[in-house]
Amino acid sequence: MTFVLFAEQVLNGVQLGVMLFLMASGLTLVFGVMGLINLAHGSLYMVGAFAAAGVAAATGSFLLALCAALAAAAAAGAIVEMLVIRRLYARDHLDQVLATFALILIFSEGTRWVFGSFPLYLNVPAYLAGPVTLPGGIQYPLYRLFLIVVGLAIAGGLYLMIARTRLGIQIRAGEADREMIAALGVDISRLYTIVFALGAALAGLAGALVGTIQSVQVGMGEPVLILAFVVIVIGGIGSIKGALVGALLVGLTDTLGGVLLPRIFATFMDNSGATSAGSAVASMLIYLLMAAVLFLRPRGLFGGAA
Amino acid sequence: MIAEKYFNAALLGGLALIAFWAYGADEPFTITLLTKVTILALAGVGLNIALGQGGLISLGHAVFFGIGGYAMGILASHAQSYQPMTLGPWMIEGTKSMPVIWLTAMVSAGLVALSIGLVSLRTNGVYFIMITLAFGQMFYYFSISWPAYGGEDGLSIYVRNSFPGLNTLDPIQFFGITFALLLLALLFHAALVRSPFGLALNAARQSPERVKTVGLNPFRLQLAAFVISGVITGLAGALFADLNRFVSPTMFSWQLSGEIMVFVILGGTARLCGPVAGAAMFIALEHWLGGLSEYWHIYLGLLLLAVVLFAPGGLIGIVTRREAAHD
Amino acid sequence: MTDPVIETRGLCKRFGALEASRDVTLDLRAGEIHAVIGPNGAGKSTLISQICGGIKPDSGQVWLAGRDVTAWDVAARARAGIARTFQISALAMQDTVLQNALLGALGASGRWLGLFRPALGHTDLRDQALAALERTGLADHAAMPTGELSHGQRRQLEIAIALTLAPQAFVMDEPMAGLGIEGSREITALLDGLRAEAPVLLVEHDMDAVFALADRISVLVYGQIIATGTVSEIRANPEVRAAYLGDLA
Repeated sequence: MTFVLFAEQVLNGVQLGVMLFLMASGLTLVFGVMGLINLAHGSLYMVGAFAAAGVAAATGSFLLALCAALAAAAAAGAIVEMLVIRRLYARDHLDQVLATFALILIFSEGTRWVFGSFPLYLNVPAYLAGPVTLPGGIQYPLYRLFLIVVGLAIAGGLYLMIARTRLGIQIRAGEADREMIAALGVDISRLYTIVFALGAALAGLAGALVGTIQSVQVGMGEPVLILAFVVIVIGGIGSIKGALVGALLVGLTDTLGGVLLPRIFATFMDNSGATSAGSAVASMLIYLLMAAVLFLRPRGLFGGAA
Repeated sequence: MIAEKYFNAALLGGLALIAFWAYGADEPFTITLLTKVTILALAGVGLNIALGQGGLISLGHAVFFGIGGYAMGILASHAQSYQPMTLGPWMIEGTKSMPVIWLTAMVSAGLVALSIGLVSLRTNGVYFIMITLAFGQMFYYFSISWPAYGGEDGLSIYVRNSFPGLNTLDPIQFFGITFALLLLALLFHAALVRSPFGLALNAARQSPERVKTVGLNPFRLQLAAFVISGVITGLAGALFADLNRFVSPTMFSWQLSGEIMVFVILGGTARLCGPVAGAAMFIALEHWLGGLSEYWHIYLGLLLLAVVLFAPGGLIGIVTRREAAHD
Repeated sequence: MTDPVIETRGLCKRFGALEASRDVTLDLRAGEIHAVIGPNGAGKSTLISQICGGIKPDSGQVWLAGRDVTAWDVAARARAGIARTFQISALAMQDTVLQNALLGALGASGRWLGLFRPALGHTDLRDQALAALERTGLADHAAMPTGELSHGQRRQLEIAIALTLAPQAFVMDEPMAGLGIEGSREITALLDGLRAEAPVLLVEHDMDAVFALADRISVLVYGQIIATGTVSEIRANPEVRAAYLGDLA
């Protein structure tokens, strides 16, 4: 394998990683602040993608489509939080799992009802289309580079927000001690709605951004949701830093594993056998990574003590 | 509790009676629906041991269902192609015999449950939920990308497997087999709840510290419960594959894990016949609502939401409370 | 001389800047009630957890009847004969009182793997459990869900479970916490008879009970044992008076 191809795969891994980070950071924030496990986070990803596809088809503007994704997912998140989710904070995890599983059913079938079962497509805008040449002679799609830059920028922004802003202080206080923020005079139910909507907006943005390189369809959110769970288990629940490290680890492992394993298997097997065995094992790689991390650190890389 | 006993008897008796009625009225489709209820209920009985008794919120029980399904599919496909399976130095003949297939399904599901349990029970709470969900997805993707047994397209088995002395192609006889296995599993569950193991497992759910201070190990209790749970769900998977004469990666899907959990909850967690009531309700809804609207999952979602938010005891909780009120 | 039943040797435990145990050495001998007293935050709960296996010390050892059990977990130490009661009741609240007591008998017998005979069908265990309930005054409540017990009855059930273990030693974390005068008196009478079966390491705030029951008292202040002795020795100890007892004695 040439260096150029390897570098390209590393970039692909980073790109997958930062998109997973957008999902995982919202999930981990919601868990850290409200103690809620939200299976319907993948639905918000889907809502963002559909909103973007709809607006892009109507206006032709990619930027407007992204804004629509953010707005629609945040609004859907806020509404769901006020109608359903806030009744679940005091419940046990089983109730949270079931209620948010029910939300997946409602969101998925509702979307199918409105948009139909056929996938929609979002186009890469002309100004982001085509390859660019990176140092070292690597030809890489500009759009994917854009995803990496956007993802890292948001990670940085999120870090600054939590470290510097008033909302960030409240979020950290909420993670440390839920009773305390009430004592600080913070309107908790408003804070919870904002945090949930923020997580939803990040998921919706990820849906729109990834929807451009994949198809936009019902059920697109859950596989990403489950990958984001793997990210969180590896990184440690409630930790934004853990989410970033975990997301990059998962992104790189998945991408590089898929490319490298069949080649490694080919050194001791015949070619077609190596391809199928290699890709079958590669499909399990991130879960094995998760199991290994759990074995060494049951609370994840950046999780607190039990 | 007496009311629940009557409800259970009515539920199981009702299932059997409708099956016999359908047999008399020559309605094989109804019998097939009832068989589906029975098999899904069996899968739920498996989960109910981990979830209801052990408090283990496993969102990955489709793994065991799928393992059972593929145990059936792989053994039967080798039998129908007359080509033995080579596993290193061993040659394993395929088989069409249900008891052998069941045993294989149960042992395989048990071993997989043991490995998943060893990793995931090191954690608890939301971690456990996310990890079991993730392992489910691992098996799903693996079954898609492993081409030997059909990959994404799955495996078709042309003729239903055989059981000594019975004609399994006859819907009512196949229903009888699945119903008998469900009854056995329910009896086993009832015995387990009352047994020393059940007592300790229940206590481990409520107060792990207490269990440790009497010299027992909550991890081992929960691991044993998880394995037993996986074994039963694995058996259900083998039967389900036999019902459809088809196995595919969707048997491993997270939706199915969610649905198995929904049976248990709709009926009433930790209640003996909760999964039976839940599975019956689920299939009835699928049948009736599915006939009314292509988008019946919306109504299922709303119903589930309502049960979680307003009726935590599930169907049996509602019914038995009313019956108690009549006394 | 025979080995002490429980012995700690130089236990040290730090939580960040807090030194919860500083070179704690104490022993529990056959036939005695040994009370550990000290102000809040002195490290009594940390000490109990180290003895019972819930917390591993940074250094030092725990010995049980002549064996070093420092590396053993809670369950192994329980099987070896330590019966602990909790300050905040840790009971299976949805189960009946009898089932909770039976759990203790089951654990002690090691027969938890049984799947086919009902737990209540093991008559020897059931008798053991009922006897323990009888002794703690809970026999009439055997069939009651544990969640419906009063606070005082839960304390009694804690002790009943410990009794079913037929242990080498009892380790009791504030068995009288939150009880009224009458309740304290009942538990005091119960503990008084216990030392003949197995010695009791008693952590307690109720000084009347401690002075009535204890053969020896150790005083723990800021993670350190500042004095060990008989009741009269401790009462007379000026250091203890200054540090802790104040006007109480």
